[in-house]
Amino acid sequence: MSTNYEERERPRSGGYDNEDDQDRRSMGGGRGGGRRMHRRRVCRFCIDKTDLIDFKDVRLLQNYLPERGKILPRRISGNCATHQRMLAEAIKRARNIALLPYTTD
Amino acid sequence: MDNKRQYEVVFIVDPTVDDEVARLTDGFKQIVTDQGGVVTKAETMGKRQLAYEILHQKEGTCVLMEIEGSGKEIAELERRMRVNDRVLRYLTVRVDEDRRRAEKLKNRRTRKAEKKATRSATPTRRGGAVEFAAESNGE
Repeated sequence: MSTNYEERERPRSGGYDNEDDQDRRSMGGGRGGGRRMHRRRVCRFCIDKTDLIDFKDVRLLQNYLPERGKILPRRISGNCATHQRMLAEAIKRARNIALLPYTTD
Repeated sequence: MDNKRQYEVVFIVDPTVDDEVARLTDGFKQIVTDQGGVVTKAETMGKRQLAYEILHQKEGTCVLMEIEGSGKEIAELERRMRVNDRVLRYLTVRVDEDRRRAEKLKNRRTRKAEKKATRSATPTRRGGAVEFAAESNGE
């Protein structure tokens, strides 16, 4: 009986912990401007099940090239390692044949 | 060599000699076929704005060729393009390995999906049911 009680108690406290975490997170977001605070990072290419990123697809690659022309790091885009590698490769190829800029100033 | 390599060659032609693009492309095709390669695709991507200046040119005509061969013809083709002043820039990418890898990944994914489908058709979540029964006995 006692074991049952414990087992029921634990998940409930866990739930409370989670709620606390969420509160703290949202508060921190409010303080720090809250831009990328709560966004779940997902790899867009994994969702689309992309196996190959074409370097000629400028429209797609441009999404990962901010104004400065640098490759968007994956801590911001949320890409998985595999796809970030493919993306970086494609961007570098596109840069070579002047489809994309190395820098913009 | 039974499995030929596949290449994608993109090159940018000086746009001030627009009428020459077709002739240039045909010339390159000829070079490839002379060396024993096969041109599977050759298309002009049209005149486009370059992302940066190359030899003071801001525009260029892009041409995409897909070539199948041993790699010897690529060497010759690149040499010719390097020499030619009309070609502002070229890029050769070997694509057969990447494509094969993509194919493999795709196959694996479909196989996994099939497996999942068959597994969900025959539910095997007995463990959960047993636990639930024990708990209700205790109470």
